[in-house]
Amino acid sequence: MSLSIRNLKKSYVEPGGRRLPILNVDSFDIADAEQVVLIGSSGGGKTTLLNVIAGVTTADSGQVVIDGTDVTKLPEAGRDRFRALRIGYVFQTFNLLPAFTALENVLLGMSFGGRKADRPHARELLKRVGLEHRLDHRPAKLSVGEQQRVAVARALANRPSLLLADEPTANVDTANQENVLKLIREACTENGVSLMMVTHSQDVASQFDRIETLSDFNKPEAAE
Amino acid sequence: MNLLAIAFKSLKQRALSSSLTALSVALGIMLVVSVLVVNSVVDNTFNQKSVGVSLLIGPRGSDLGNVLSAVYRIGKPAENLPWRVLTEDLPNAAKRIGGVKDASDIIDWAIPMTMGDVTQEGSFPVLGTTPKYFKMEYASGKKFQKKGELPVNSFDAIIGSQVARENGWDISSQFSLIHGGADGHVHDEKFTVVGLLAPTGTANDRTVFVNIEGFFLISGHEKPPEDAISRLREFGYEVTPEQEAVIREAAGGHDHHDHAGHDHGAHAPHPIPDDLKEVSFILVRTKSSTASIMLAGELNEGMRAQAVNPIIVISRLMKLFVGNTRKLLLFLTALIVVVAGIGIFVSIYNSMSDRKREIAIMRALGASRVTVFSIILGESLLLCLGGGILGLLMGHGLVVVAAPLIESQAGIMVNPWSFDVMELVLFPILIGMATLVGFLPGLTAYRTDVADSLND
Repeated sequence: MSLSIRNLKKSYVEPGGRRLPILNVDSFDIADAEQVVLIGSSGGGKTTLLNVIAGVTTADSGQVVIDGTDVTKLPEAGRDRFRALRIGYVFQTFNLLPAFTALENVLLGMSFGGRKADRPHARELLKRVGLEHRLDHRPAKLSVGEQQRVAVARALANRPSLLLADEPTANVDTANQENVLKLIREACTENGVSLMMVTHSQDVASQFDRIETLSDFNKPEAAE
Repeated sequence: MNLLAIAFKSLKQRALSSSLTALSVALGIMLVVSVLVVNSVVDNTFNQKSVGVSLLIGPRGSDLGNVLSAVYRIGKPAENLPWRVLTEDLPNAAKRIGGVKDASDIIDWAIPMTMGDVTQEGSFPVLGTTPKYFKMEYASGKKFQKKGELPVNSFDAIIGSQVARENGWDISSQFSLIHGGADGHVHDEKFTVVGLLAPTGTANDRTVFVNIEGFFLISGHEKPPEDAISRLREFGYEVTPEQEAVIREAAGGHDHHDHAGHDHGAHAPHPIPDDLKEVSFILVRTKSSTASIMLAGELNEGMRAQAVNPIIVISRLMKLFVGNTRKLLLFLTALIVVVAGIGIFVSIYNSMSDRKREIAIMRALGASRVTVFSIILGESLLLCLGGGILGLLMGHGLVVVAAPLIESQAGIMVNPWSFDVMELVLFPILIGMATLVGFLPGLTAYRTDVADSLND
């Protein structure tokens, strides 16, 4: 999978009506199966960039081309479907659904793309993250580290070609940080998945070959 | 995982709130089902099809009172009629209709009924009639089934199923009657049960039928000659001095001995002169509905009795009273269901603010706006339909519990598992209601901003 961003602009309108530019990216690329870590100051637009790439938020202008598909040109339903089939998303706060067991949370990741839920694959993913004995446990019964592992398994459930991870290790302890990071990177390597991970941790960032600082390629205009 | 499964999981997460909401729907539906079942029973009980009679001849006054008394055994007859109504007026009225030479041209049968007394045990109404009563259809296409014999002898009786069950009577049981007059004394004469009727689901189940001749043989039931003559004249019948003499002679010849304590079947019954007998009602079955209308017209002209078609009277009752009561009950129960629907709306709508993040997560995983809208609608559907099915079972369950009570108190047989077609209509209504109450919360889910909600 390759990601190519050109002339991307995104701004928010504040309650007072003031336009607040967040993103202004001339060019940014990720190669097939490449793993990139993105660092930057808080409020700099890292999460917004991930949301625009995932099609959760629309860009004001520009292109986000994933495997030849310009996500910005897709209608909302098309972006939803594209996200469901091609993009995995790991959140900082895991965002597991409390009503569902670990296995069901992973199956849920397969439910919205129109494909049939692949239960053996979901089990295999949870086994891969060391949770084969916790399949039927709900998030409330899982430790923080286990919850994040379920979130990783869910993000990989649809065999995505791009995995977006927004500070996935921020809420886990040091020991689990290593495990989660290792898990995400290994899973991406094994499955040829491109990875774009946001982090504030220099320790985490230092483990990546390619480290990008948002401010280096994002030059938002001044607020109007 | 399909959308309904996801919706079910979300409801399960809020188990207590979901259960209580579904229960409120269930209670509403339970009441609707109970009303429908009871309504269906009332319909069957009072429906025209359950009256296999074309005309009911009774005392002038309330036609509804006559029908309730004669057919449904509710209340007593206002007064009795001379026997001549049966033997003279009825055939004469038939013959006055153009083209009718003999009463049997238009009349299938005419059955006299005498009423007023009740059993000493259980206070069941006692009806004196002829064995012909049991040959007629008590409802359309339904004939009496019995165990034992018909009351052929004067002091024979056949009893309805409810009487047998509640009084514990069987064949050869003996019983006494309480006089229906003002004094309410217990008659000395004892009747013997010779037959048991199978359940019919009609007022016959709680009726004791005695041979009409035996009814007149009870001391005090036949008219004294003076009263009989005066009543005949009151009704406009001519009583010649010769007839008067015959009446007095016949009455004098009838020996009023004590009937208690000996077997009346062992000797021939004393013949009672017709002019000393009275009849409460006469059930008439005509050969056609036109004949029924014409005969009623003839009978009602100039006679002190009145002939009504019970079907018309009951239809009027159903339309004016029962029908409106049914509508009111259904309206009230429908209101309960609507309130339950509002409960579902409030429950789901209130949960939406807590579930914005949950919805945003699903959207981030690729669920479209329509998908999350459908999930919320699915929750509303599950609550309504789940509550509806539970309510349906609870409604019939309630009737199962209440059926014996209704039967013992009102003498109406209730089949708790009888299914009213209207119950099927409930489900499309519930689906409509679910869509309506789920729409606004669904719209909230539809409009959820993913990025904002994930960042909250």
